Amino acid sequence: MPWELDSDRPIYLQLMERIKSDIIAGHYAPGERLPSVRDLAMEASVNPNTMQKALSELERNGLVYTRRTSGRFITEDESMLKKLRKDMARENIQSFLEAMKQLGFSKKESLELLQEILKEEKE
Amino acid sequence: MNPILECHSVTKTYRQTPALQDLSLILEPGQIVGLLGPNGSGKTTFIKLLAGLLQPDAGQILIAGGPVGTRTKGLVSYLPDKPALKNRTKISGLLQLFSDFYADFIPERAREMLDSLGISPDARMGELSKGTQEKVQLILVMSRKARLYLLDEPVGGVDPAARDYILRTIISNYEEDATVLLSTHLIADVEQVLDHVLFLQNGRLLLSDSVDHIRSQHGKSVDSYFREVFRC
Repeated sequence: MPWELDSDRPIYLQLMERIKSDIIAGHYAPGERLPSVRDLAMEASVNPNTMQKALSELERNGLVYTRRTSGRFITEDESMLKKLRKDMARENIQSFLEAMKQLGFSKKESLELLQEILKEEKE
Repeated sequence: MNPILECHSVTKTYRQTPALQDLSLILEPGQIVGLLGPNGSGKTTFIKLLAGLLQPDAGQILIAGGPVGTRTKGLVSYLPDKPALKNRTKISGLLQLFSDFYADFIPERAREMLDSLGISPDARMGELSKGTQEKVQLILVMSRKARLYLLDEPVGGVDPAARDYILRTIISNYEEDATVLLSTHLIADVEQVLDHVLFLQNGRLLLSDSVDHIRSQHGKSVDSYFREVFRC
């Protein structure tokens, strides 16, 4: 099943996002070995070079690391994973606020509406 | 790394009609390159020049540092835009033909792929559907361990599922330091696997850029960008 990718943004960024959310979702455990570049590229139906670039970027960010000859692994640094999770939540909320702004809601109005909905859900 | 392909002021004219004009470019190895352009922009002419089937009127083409000729035929694996294999030939005969002609042909690899598609070695080309014939040709071409693959419209006339199969065959078979040059006008279907694109227009090179750079610079897909550049 090829990964769903938008056609208007660089592919390697989207691959990074996808792998990050797979890490958060527990699809890959901390310290787990990632599949090879070629296997991941096949799974996503993208060019191995692009997958290589995405993984190198993740490595630069410290989320994955390379053990010579044995492949790439997910970081075991819990605080880094916690931060990744929070960063992604932050991004989600920012795009939510942006979408609300387009609908003409101020931040205050958005928050009020959100509280209202949460209250409804509880009842 | 040394470039796999260098073109210096290449010009090709058919009688009075210019097909390629003053085309210069350099490609580094290890990437998948899309050769894109409207009908009649010179894509097939360019590929045939690289395959050594046509001679340029002026300019120079170097493949892996040497001129196009007998030596480069051993380095280049070429998929023509029209079927070139005889209808009456059996698949097993084609495997034998490729083994005889190309030292770098890996028959096991071809057999394995044909097997996974359920194509019998006893089948004759003429008995297969058009889409299956195209797959067979591509399998043969990609089963060579070449330095440069020239694929002229590999996804032209096949359905979307077959297209996915063909693209997967390309990305899973090319060696890391090999280069794939593929021409197409179905950009949206292939841009996910491309590193770099070349835009041809009226025989001239309009643009040579990476896919990610086009996407981040213009905020749109190569396909939409192409439609904008070549709006009729």
